[in-house]
Amino acid sequence: MEFFAQQFINGLTLGSIYGLIALGYTMVFGIIGMVNFAHGDVFMLSSFIALIFFLILTSWLGLTSVALVFLIVLVVAMLLTALWGWAIERVAYRALRGSFRLAPLISAIGVSIFLSNFVQVVQGARNKPLPPLVRDVIVLYQNEQYTVTLSYKQANIMATTAALLAGFWYLVQRTPFGRAQRACEQDRRMAALLGINVDRTISLTFVLGAALAAVAGLLYLLYYGVVSFSDGFVPGVKAFTAAVLGGIGSLPGAVLGGLIIGLIETFWSAYFSIEYKDVAAFLILIVVLIFKPSGILGRPEVEKV
Amino acid sequence: MSVAGINVLVDETRARMAAAAPPLLSVRNVSAYYGSIRALKGVDIDVNEGEIVALIGANGAGKSTLMMTIFGQPQAREGTITFAGQDITRLPTHEIARLNLAQSPEGRRIFSRMTVRENLQMGAAVNGGKHFAEDLERMCTLFPRLAERIDQRGGTMSGGEQQMLAIARALMSRPRLLMLDEPSLGLAPLVVKQIFAAVRDLNRRDGLTVFIVEQNAYHALKLAHRGYVMVTGSVTMSGTGQALLDDPQVKAAYLEGGQH
Repeated sequence: MEFFAQQFINGLTLGSIYGLIALGYTMVFGIIGMVNFAHGDVFMLSSFIALIFFLILTSWLGLTSVALVFLIVLVVAMLLTALWGWAIERVAYRALRGSFRLAPLISAIGVSIFLSNFVQVVQGARNKPLPPLVRDVIVLYQNEQYTVTLSYKQANIMATTAALLAGFWYLVQRTPFGRAQRACEQDRRMAALLGINVDRTISLTFVLGAALAAVAGLLYLLYYGVVSFSDGFVPGVKAFTAAVLGGIGSLPGAVLGGLIIGLIETFWSAYFSIEYKDVAAFLILIVVLIFKPSGILGRPEVEKV
Repeated sequence: MSVAGINVLVDETRARMAAAAPPLLSVRNVSAYYGSIRALKGVDIDVNEGEIVALIGANGAGKSTLMMTIFGQPQAREGTITFAGQDITRLPTHEIARLNLAQSPEGRRIFSRMTVRENLQMGAAVNGGKHFAEDLERMCTLFPRLAERIDQRGGTMSGGEQQMLAIARALMSRPRLLMLDEPSLGLAPLVVKQIFAAVRDLNRRDGLTVFIVEQNAYHALKLAHRGYVMVTGSVTMSGTGQALLDDPQVKAAYLEGGQH
């Protein structure tokens, strides 16, 4: 039981990270109907940005306040990654808008390959470690054989995911910008007829998606303490799986899907075999696509024409 | 003097005043293309402040293309379009939409997964939701059906309700010029009557200028002060609504099947 509880916490943490990345996938898909396959690599890139600034602040400038360092790194990583998101949309996707559906998808795969190779070239192929900053844990339960703990890092990851989900849900559902986003999703031409700058709305969506990836990238780096140029791929694809599982286009669905994937992967590793954890995760994608292509919270298609 | 008499007087005064001022919307020698197909061939149309102007024509004559060309989709390749003295020929669509002209487009294009309220909020987006509550109230008085369905999703409403919503959404930006593309399409005669009555009211009471495109020529010309007839991308006839209604050619081509 204690083992189960500990694995549950670990699974929720992993799932929260997947959920955060999945939010970026689902938001971009929700507005332009395109799977931004470069999103996983934007996430990886943001981890590197975070790592670099952590090292600058702690080793070079000698800052010791963990909270302050964390905050600065968070803001800088979000800004710089958002800039990347903006540039990627501008260079690789905007020109292809209105061409056949596969074109931006292929372009996204190109960006993905570019980003991972770019980071490999400039940062090297080896894993880059980050010295642990936060070690504190909360002991939830203890007996002679086993201790169930929740680390500060884990609590931070879950709380951040919950807060960002709530924040973005509010943004999309309740603010004028969110309405403009949804309008662009449903009928871009009509949105333009109502004075919405469609290009800017889409640009901003990519910027927000990248900023979300930056938060995920920072949390990932803090949690695992190591990042490599190839780390965008597998988490990226799993987050995509999460988005599909939850119902792509749905923000709560993305986080729900992320949590499910994270839990399954963790329990699978804990109880069966760690080698097959990815197989288990992707098996879910296949099963979902066969039996419920619209996902758990996918939009119900009841529309009158 | 009867109410009808006063209305005629009002209309005449307005027409005389309008003739003196430059037109609110002016389309000059406009040609537009879809690829290499010339959909508009040197169209000239004026809409004066305070008027209702109807554009009638058969399916595929280019009426909706003109409506969209005024909004820059597609942009006119030749000619100029001016609105309120400003050349809007080369402006991007969303900037044109911020200039006090609004369109209820062909096919209504309601945001089907948004509620009626959200659709109206989208209509008010250009003025940043200022006086939203007041305008919402006005729309609910104009079309009481919308008030009943305010939190219902647009896609679940009937065609007539969607048309009312499309018009109300266009009005939320407080336009000087309202452009209506086929508001009667696919609607029951009674609903068409309601909608046309609402448009007439808006024109008489608030002085709203209306440019309406219709296949339902009889109703449109009855409603309009002036009308234009479009055939395969060109304007072939123009005149007052009544004159066009009485024209034998118009009668033969567009009023066959009588006065629904």
